[in-house]
Amino acid sequence: MRIIVQEQPFDLGAEANAFAASRTDMGAVVTFTGVVRDDPSRPLRQMTIEHYPGMTERALEKIATEARARWSLGDVLVIHRFGPMRPGEQIMMVATAARHRKDAFEAAEYLMDYLKSRAPFWKKELAADGESWVAAKDEDEDALTRW
Amino acid sequence: MIDVLYFAWVRERIGVPREQVSTDAATVAELVEELRAREERYALAFSDLKALRVAVDQDLTDFDAPLKGAREVAFFPPMTGG
Repeated sequence: MRIIVQEQPFDLGAEANAFAASRTDMGAVVTFTGVVRDDPSRPLRQMTIEHYPGMTERALEKIATEARARWSLGDVLVIHRFGPMRPGEQIMMVATAARHRKDAFEAAEYLMDYLKSRAPFWKKELAADGESWVAAKDEDEDALTRW
Repeated sequence: MIDVLYFAWVRERIGVPREQVSTDAATVAELVEELRAREERYALAFSDLKALRVAVDQDLTDFDAPLKGAREVAFFPPMTGG
């Protein structure tokens, strides 16, 4: 299990390949990547992610440990960036490895649902009309009830 | 003394990312009352507790959580990771 919180970009392909190659007894690897999304109706100049050093790693480890307790997983990888980013840049990735795909898919969804509203990150957008904090969505909180 | 940390718009409203607070508050809610009474910027930041989350010693908790033995309390808006 690896939890990485960093400012610099990561190499999605290299990370996914290394993760998939690290075990020979896993038949399924699922990866998800979050990308800074532009909005043609309100072009985004920059997104800045603030986080709570210390608690961030602790919260991500807790979420990943819970996923490993719920599903049969061989390995889990979470990489999440902070700091300023441009539209199209990769913000974060999760990867799960399991013997079979159901565990890998479900665990990846669980990790994403919890990471969105239980890991201490906050997004601020800068557009032509100024800066604004991204508000948490009710649907993201509601998504946790299915687990 | 307890370290009090603020993030995102809470930090912007209060104007500092962290500060040391001398308090006898027994719970987070009591600490919030003390901070609110300090200055307008605190009263503004803590005007709607439903819009805030709190962590004690880096674990997410509730406003009625006890502060006995706590070293660090953080206030912030709902998180937007991913």
